[in-house]
Amino acid sequence: MNVDGGTDRADGIAASRLSAADLARNFTDLHPPYAPHEAAVAADRCYFCHDAPCVTACPTEIDIPMFIRQIQTGNPLGAAQTIFDQNILGGMCARVCPTETLCEQSCVRETAEQRPVEIGRLQRFATDAAMKTGTHPYRRAAATGKTVAIVGAGPAGLACAHRLAMLGHDVVIHEAREKAGGLNEYGIAAYKAPHDFAQAEVDWLLSIGGIAIETDSVLGRTITLEGLQQAYDAVFLGMGLGGVNGLPVDGSDLPGVEDAVDFIAALRQAKDLSALAVGRNVVVIGGGMTAIDAAVQSKLLGAETVTLAYRRSRADMGASPFEQDLAASKGVHLMFNVQPLAIRGNGRAQEIVLARTETRDGRLAATGETVTLAADQVFRAIGQTLAGLPDGLKVEAGKIAVTGPGRTGIAGIWAGGDCTAGGEDLTVTSVAQGRDAAMDIHATLTGR
Amino acid sequence: MADLTTDFLGIRSPNPFWLASAPPTDKEYNVRRAFEAGWGGVVWKTLGEAGPPVVNVNGPRYGVIHGADRRVLGINNIELITDRPLETNLEEIARVKADYPDRAIVVSLMVPCEEEAWKAILPRVAETGADGIELNFGCPHGMSERGMGAAVGQVPEYIEMVTRWCKQYYDKPVIVKLTPNITDIRHPARAAHAGGADAVSLINTVSSITSVNLDTFSPEPSIDGKGSHGGYCGPAVKPIALNMVAEIARDPRTAGLPISGIGGVTTWRDAAEFMALGCGNVQICTAAMTYGFRIVQEMIDGLSRWMDSKGFEKTTDFIGRAVSNVTDWQYLNLNYIAKARIDQEACIKCGRCYAACEDTSHQAISMSADRVFEVKDDECVACNLCIDVCPVENCITMERLAPGTVDPRTGTVVESDYANWTTHPNNPAATAAE
Repeated sequence: MNVDGGTDRADGIAASRLSAADLARNFTDLHPPYAPHEAAVAADRCYFCHDAPCVTACPTEIDIPMFIRQIQTGNPLGAAQTIFDQNILGGMCARVCPTETLCEQSCVRETAEQRPVEIGRLQRFATDAAMKTGTHPYRRAAATGKTVAIVGAGPAGLACAHRLAMLGHDVVIHEAREKAGGLNEYGIAAYKAPHDFAQAEVDWLLSIGGIAIETDSVLGRTITLEGLQQAYDAVFLGMGLGGVNGLPVDGSDLPGVEDAVDFIAALRQAKDLSALAVGRNVVVIGGGMTAIDAAVQSKLLGAETVTLAYRRSRADMGASPFEQDLAASKGVHLMFNVQPLAIRGNGRAQEIVLARTETRDGRLAATGETVTLAADQVFRAIGQTLAGLPDGLKVEAGKIAVTGPGRTGIAGIWAGGDCTAGGEDLTVTSVAQGRDAAMDIHATLTGR
Repeated sequence: MADLTTDFLGIRSPNPFWLASAPPTDKEYNVRRAFEAGWGGVVWKTLGEAGPPVVNVNGPRYGVIHGADRRVLGINNIELITDRPLETNLEEIARVKADYPDRAIVVSLMVPCEEEAWKAILPRVAETGADGIELNFGCPHGMSERGMGAAVGQVPEYIEMVTRWCKQYYDKPVIVKLTPNITDIRHPARAAHAGGADAVSLINTVSSITSVNLDTFSPEPSIDGKGSHGGYCGPAVKPIALNMVAEIARDPRTAGLPISGIGGVTTWRDAAEFMALGCGNVQICTAAMTYGFRIVQEMIDGLSRWMDSKGFEKTTDFIGRAVSNVTDWQYLNLNYIAKARIDQEACIKCGRCYAACEDTSHQAISMSADRVFEVKDDECVACNLCIDVCPVENCITMERLAPGTVDPRTGTVVESDYANWTTHPNNPAATAAE
């Protein structure tokens, strides 16, 4: 056990590397909520642009200038409604959206001053105010008598369910895990949504009524697509990506070599962070958001060294410059143009050999040079895959192929979110796809 | 959800937000866009006599006052009435009204102060099916040099005369738009009332020069090195407008005369304030010209939510509710005694309250070596300047001294009874309280 400010440097993978106070500090809100005066000052910077670029950049097309103007005029609940009308998970998106590559990147203030209006934090200010009222802002339309099955209670499924419930349909969500929320609950870095926000948001969303969630209900195991088609008027598939890519190198079966998504999920579900073990020397393989989240959180848990090893250049990295800077600021060492060659150790991972790479004629090639790093724990974060895909669905690039608002080509079956091809794998994109599929399902079921 | 429908002089509109007679309402194209955006009504930009239309300048017609960050605080303009042919405007008005029967369309008019001129144009406006007319007795620039606009609004006898002609030759509501460029707004309002006006609307723009170019020494906006005064509008004129509205609302001689509020309305709050002071609806121009027509959605939502939060179901539930609280200075309660209170937790130690009080007011705030600012109750007159200049909301507040306590400044006991200047012993004209 450690005193405040100290780090336990025990070799291997160990818990309690930091004191409880340090852990609490490390895992507090990445972007703390605005105080009212801060919100007023931030909102005041919005120019209320015409046909605003920020709206175009938002996958859910929230009317951003309008909600900010509503904050300006002392109407945060109206602002929240403007947000929720387009994005019922606006609270989570305010926390996890990579705004630096979406709305805030396109803000005209970014062009003018390299300092955009802080849209994400303003969105949080409004949505927090609304959720604090303890009431749900929408009511259900008259019952249509139609039922819809949704597979997966992640952002796509929840957004689809809420819109359908609002339109008067009855919805049952089949969720494979123990809790609803999908990646919001299991896959987002803890410091982005502390205080169990994901579950609070799910509860708030469900309070519209008309949505039942069946947990531990797994497609292909406890339920089948045919069964759902027979029992419901429509089916929406939003099961996300359940599989992970393997790391085909020697030693990848050693203890200490783990999937980053499992580590992140365990961290999110941990009741006590000091009980969570982390390596003294951690190496994360990958270059996306999952890799960053695993690396940063390893550091925040008290790992002495954390290296993020990415096989291509910085410019190719999936994680945004903001996320890269965040990792660097927490003490994560970012290495580019290295790929794993082997993991070695006596009965457990102890070091990793990385091969230097370069791009030759447009192809990645090893230079022949290697570098060896101490590594008690190696996280694989090299992409997720669609697992348990039912037969009959058209596949494109390993994901469900859809056209328009999530149509799979099979009548009565829609899909959206990370399990479908097209669009970035972001919470906000999933919300948009779930919502749009719901509108199309509604139109189909009601013959409009 | 609150019902925003308003019935102003029998003219119904889905909400109290009308576009004022101004550039945004000069054409069918704009007005259709406005209605699509959700505006409850428009006052069509002022029409003049048949014949060759007026011509506008071909250089800048707007000047501006910016706040920090180029926020538009006020705009002045030297644009004249519509410079499009009367026939064109009339045809467009008829078409738009036919397509939007649920929205209000009032036609602003300005023709010479001759009975024949008014007699000629009124039937033509009536044919369009518009809901009423607004007499432009307000524009302070250009047209006033030709004996119209503010030149009429500054002469109560003319107001009454023209209003009477309009009531005689036109069947629908007649609204008289007043100029603020006078000494006492009650006189033109009374004249309009006497002439039979169904309502007054105010304020029109304030005569103004926005700035002087210190290189060319021309006033702005500058036309080839020369400038002419224009009409000032926007958020900067709102306090002037609120006062003028209140003066008319509480004048016994115009009591009950409907008012359409104009002057710097930018948000739902501004609208609610005008309406609380007695306006049946509001007219907006500068905010739309600054931000576009979409702002009406903020106004509709904000007003509706505020009404819900207050339990007001319809606009008449709060229209005029502040009027009885507007009084003369002499009736203010002199036994209401307050002291400033500084929340030391909230204080960021900028010292602005100290500078303001020490240099310009009552030396009622102390400052310690470690920048703690405290109110000296024996000096504080509760003037409010410290609150006004404090950058932190609610850091400084005014706290009323409870009756029975001693005011450290005067050494006298705070009385619980209301007492005003009319009975004060220092007032030579005081009537003894009995």
